[in-house]
Amino acid sequence: MQVTNLTDQNIRSASILNRTMGRGRSILSVLTSSPKIAVGVGIVAFFVLIAVAAPLLTPYNPDATIVVGSLPPSSAHILGTSGLGQDMFAQLVYGARVTLLIGFVAAIGSTLLQIFFGLTSGYFGGVIGDTLALIINVFLVLPGLPLAIVLASLASANSAANKNEFVIALVLLFTSWSYGARVLRAQTLSLKEREFVTAARATGESSLRIIFFEILPNEFALVGSTFIGTFVYAVGAEIALEFLGLGDTSKASWGEILYWAQNNAALIVGKWWQFVPAGLCVAVLCAGLTFINFGIDELANPRLRVERPRRKRLVPGKKGVAG
Amino acid sequence: MRHLLRRVGFYLAALWAAVTFNFIIPRLMPGDPAEAYIAKLQTQQVTREQINAIRELFGVNPSIPLWKQYLDYLNSLLHGNLGIATSQFPSPVVDILRQSLPWTIGLVGVAVILSFLIGTLTGMLIAWRRGSWYDTMVPPLLTFLSAVPYFWMALALVYIFGVGLNWFPTDSGYDVFSVTPGWSSDFILSVVQHAILPVITLVIGSLAGWVLTMRNTMITTLSEDYVLMAQAKGLSEKRVMFNYAARNAILPSITSFSISLGLVVSGSLLTEIVFNYPGIGFALYKGVQADDYALVEGCFLVIALTVLIANFLSDLVYTFLDPRVRRGGS
Repeated sequence: MQVTNLTDQNIRSASILNRTMGRGRSILSVLTSSPKIAVGVGIVAFFVLIAVAAPLLTPYNPDATIVVGSLPPSSAHILGTSGLGQDMFAQLVYGARVTLLIGFVAAIGSTLLQIFFGLTSGYFGGVIGDTLALIINVFLVLPGLPLAIVLASLASANSAANKNEFVIALVLLFTSWSYGARVLRAQTLSLKEREFVTAARATGESSLRIIFFEILPNEFALVGSTFIGTFVYAVGAEIALEFLGLGDTSKASWGEILYWAQNNAALIVGKWWQFVPAGLCVAVLCAGLTFINFGIDELANPRLRVERPRRKRLVPGKKGVAG
Repeated sequence: MRHLLRRVGFYLAALWAAVTFNFIIPRLMPGDPAEAYIAKLQTQQVTREQINAIRELFGVNPSIPLWKQYLDYLNSLLHGNLGIATSQFPSPVVDILRQSLPWTIGLVGVAVILSFLIGTLTGMLIAWRRGSWYDTMVPPLLTFLSAVPYFWMALALVYIFGVGLNWFPTDSGYDVFSVTPGWSSDFILSVVQHAILPVITLVIGSLAGWVLTMRNTMITTLSEDYVLMAQAKGLSEKRVMFNYAARNAILPSITSFSISLGLVVSGSLLTEIVFNYPGIGFALYKGVQADDYALVEGCFLVIALTVLIANFLSDLVYTFLDPRVRRGGS
């Protein structure tokens, strides 16, 4: 659903990034040097703050029926109320907790799987490497969301208690790791030819130690970038599963808001306040995360940056010199 | 040729994995899913045949060894038997899928082709006009649009163009009240009208990927010596752009085809639900709503199969476009 901009290019660029950051650049100077990263981090921080400060922002309980229902926005309920009479603003800010937490848990778990599959399949040649690579590619080619739907719907058929957000996180973890694993594998394939790996092998370090203590630290920037990409995917897929009614439909989350909006045909009768704010929040959050990734990409790959005076002279296509 | 054979082998392995997932997942679930499932369905007046069908699906008969169950399962798949849809008893799952699949293929096919063409051209143009106002404006805007969930974009379009302006129909795949399916011009017109909003949803959602991939590789290609050489020779701007730069920049777009196809298919499932479009996504949704696991499983299998075939086709195109793959084979 969302676009991750992990191209093969940033495999190489991530190592450049490692070097630039290692040269004594602080996190702050990275932030200020790239407006995209600054905007992205700002957006994500905003939502995290809202989620943490939810009880301070609204006096209402998000799951409690307060009024008759479906009231348009007013001074008492700034985003109106839901079909069941819950305060929409309270649902939105408390829902941010669920969305961020589940996205984060799924992305962390998925990243661990990515590291395991990507690094071991890249480092080991022969049968082990080939088999792991085959597993990665098979998961890559099978459509993730339908598989997630199958898993989540079977889990909820098994027992109604399984119809909750942590089952969704587990399902997403299992269906979202393949892309990042492929990216990490490609990087590992090139890193394992470097001298420091050969040296480590010559001094008799074990394979596991080489993989996780020699190679992995050199891939941290790339791991960060795939983590953000996975986070974006997990948030989108989580909302989609909840929208299908596979989450806990009695507890406030962004996907649950949209599920009820669709089920109560909110938009046919023009109750925009029941679905516009939640959708916008998803879009802004995911765009923010994607901007961070674009920023990392540009920081690492100088060719993608805008300011390049040399190019202007070389391309005759530019009539008036633009930008 | 060797390259293609290896790809065929890979897709067969992937298909086998999908089929085996379908077999293993219900059997790996803790507890007794079949009984929980039957208990859940009691409210819907299940017959003895349905209960037997469910038992068979979950493989709960312990007297049959697992490998025998697996072989039986493969055998029935090969005979096109995907079980009975408990929510629409007694119609076989295969029949439902057969009716739904053409709608989804049509929708996704048109959307992917349109989005690829528009996206790749846009990416090419904004890379060529590096640093112009549209190069700075279009990518962030598209990033934002692609971050909008598909189904929410669909809801918004229904709200604006369907309910608000009343320009397009927003329900079902054709006008079920006034036209009958067939090769009549009325029917085709109705189908096209009903497909406009879903296709727009999918194109908007998937455009950013094509634009950004093309832009980024095109920028890399533009700094190659052969582009400089072509410009030095005084070739026309159009010729340098299309025949020299874009032609070499397009390969990564085709490689990323498989990933974006998976995403578009996922998006289409959700879009169909919003538009009540009679495709696989809607069938899947009905299966999920009614706890019809046989239907859900069948939908997953057919989606996986379609995506694998489409991927294989994109591999064929790639082999045709890139002579290194054609000759090298490794």
